[in-house]
Amino acid sequence: MMRDQKLWTWHLAAGVVILFLLGLHMTVMHLNVTVPLKGLNPAGGHPIDWQNVIARGKIGAFALTYVVLLGAALFHGLYGLRNILFELNPASWLKRTVSIVLLLCGLALFSFGTWAAIAGFSLAKAM
Amino acid sequence: MSEKTLTEVTYRIRRFDPDGDTAPHWEEYGIPYSAGMTVLDGLWKVKEMRAPDLAWRSSCRMGVCGSCGMLVNGKARLACNTQVTELGGDTVVVAPLPNFDIVRDLVPELAPMFDSHRALMPHVIREDVQEQEHPTGEFWQSAHELEQYLQFSYCIKCGCCMAACPTFATDALYSGPMPLGQAHRYNSDTRDGGFSARKRVLAGEAGPWRCHFAGECSRVCPKGVDPAKAIQLMKRELVLDYLRLHKQHRPATVAKKATETKRREGIPEPPAPTV
Amino acid sequence: MIESKGHPNRLGIWGWLGGGRWGVERYLYTLHRLTGLGLLTYFLLHILVTSSRALGKAPWEQAMNAVTGPLFKLGEYLVFVAFAFHAVNGIRLGIIELGFGVGPPIEPVYPYRTSLDVQRPLAVGVLLLAAIIVVMGTLNFWVLE
Ligand code: HEM
Ligand code: HEM
Repeated sequence: MMRDQKLWTWHLAAGVVILFLLGLHMTVMHLNVTVPLKGLNPAGGHPIDWQNVIARGKIGAFALTYVVLLGAALFHGLYGLRNILFELNPASWLKRTVSIVLLLCGLALFSFGTWAAIAGFSLAKAM
Repeated sequence: MSEKTLTEVTYRIRRFDPDGDTAPHWEEYGIPYSAGMTVLDGLWKVKEMRAPDLAWRSSCRMGVCGSCGMLVNGKARLACNTQVTELGGDTVVVAPLPNFDIVRDLVPELAPMFDSHRALMPHVIREDVQEQEHPTGEFWQSAHELEQYLQFSYCIKCGCCMAACPTFATDALYSGPMPLGQAHRYNSDTRDGGFSARKRVLAGEAGPWRCHFAGECSRVCPKGVDPAKAIQLMKRELVLDYLRLHKQHRPATVAKKATETKRREGIPEPPAPTV
Repeated sequence: MIESKGHPNRLGIWGWLGGGRWGVERYLYTLHRLTGLGLLTYFLLHILVTSSRALGKAPWEQAMNAVTGPLFKLGEYLVFVAFAFHAVNGIRLGIIELGFGVGPPIEPVYPYRTSLDVQRPLAVGVLLLAAIIVVMGTLNFWVLE
């Protein structure tokens, strides 16, 4: 199998993408006082207050970063988990099962999260 | 403990007899200390005085042959290359190299390591087989090109790195630091053209992707080969190869003979050619 | 393949934690793995919880109320700390695993200077940078907010 050369390169690339997007996400959510970013917590108070969620949700580009972060983090995290599980040296049928289960979980969560991001965007826009 | 105060050392040895034992067990042997004693010298003393049936592998007793790798006071090292005083006590704890099956006492079964080694084709691969089998000269290589792999070519295949590697502690399919380091040694040799052939193994599960730079291999290597460095350099080549940015070099050509040039005065004749 | 009749002697999972001598990079390896798994666990649940925002104000606040309390706050703080370490150490690993910062092949002269020694400043820098981010987060979490 020649796949790890490819998958690992993407794992690393996804790490770089996550670094920026999750960095932004964490700054918005947990460094809102020490590093305040303009316009991302407009209502003040806690970043997870509904008013702030809606205000962020209105920004189309911001919703898009969530979809990208969702995909990158799912691939990065699940491939990382797969690596760890494979290093336990399971039987080859178990490896195949693990790969398929993780792939299906990833696709399902990606579809679901993308739906939430788009629906959240339309909801915020309408308000 | 210094040389002067040390008169006796205790060897705690993990023993296993495949014909009688179901599991390894520890035995202790007291032996007199003599100045300059290495862990290997001590093993010989134990064999002479206390346990004639004790088994281990060793040969050159000067850190060159790579036979006497064992776990000494918790660290994989060469018994011949380790002074007893270096261990800082009067007890020497010796066990066979972990991550390999135990054949008997301190003798590890290294065959799986050499299987992975062989699978990575640790030799110069070229298309001009005729020239390789019946050489007309030497393949050209500059001193700078030699430096790109020389460090990795000092490997003596003792297996200490494999015993220290966390991934190899669970993953029997991982090639491990020694075979990967040697694959990189040949990949980065300008005389070699075997990158694609080795990639068949390296691009998959047995390849360098299982290395997470815990660094233990380079920490224990008795020859300073630094397998972790080779593995990271190899990852770069493979990532570049996936991105189609890898510079494919043509294997070095046969060097021209220095027949046309005129020799300066006073320079001694070279030895007769070996090929 | 030579069939071995030997006694199995693989260290197993214990070898992930401390097979040989312990070194700084060994701790960082273990920590990177643990934080990666921690972040993944949080993230998978996080997708489910935050999706409630698509349904409107009431479901969102219901979901948020389900995950409040000192225990959840501590959990979130740990996620932040894990993020700070994993992200910054991830930069180091990304650099190293592409063969940068480990130094070129050299002539091994005793006492050996390995790639571990060459990248050590990077490892120290990583820990310092992670510490700074954690301090900023801690102020934000427990003091200022
Ligand atoms: C621990 C503190 C965290 C907090 C308080 C937090 C908070 C939130 C909130 C409130 C949202 C809803 C969108 C918005 O209001 O802008 C959200 C969405 C999201 N978060 Fe986080 N988050 C945290 C950590 C993480 C981590 C570690 C990840 C992992 C990569 C992550 C990835 C995401 C993604 C991908 C979405 C969009 C989900 C979707 O589209 O359904 N978050 N987060
Ligand atoms: C913030 C930016 C991030 C960066 C720069 C980053 C970087 C990396 C790198 C370079 C590796 C490979 C380590 C190796 O091969 O030795 C890795 C592994 C991993 N990462 Fe991340 N990562 C980030 C975020 C995340 C997130 C958000 C998650 C969870 C969803 C995650 C989960 C994992 C897991 C499970 C592994 C495998 C660990 C292992 O094999 O020991 N990472 N990360």
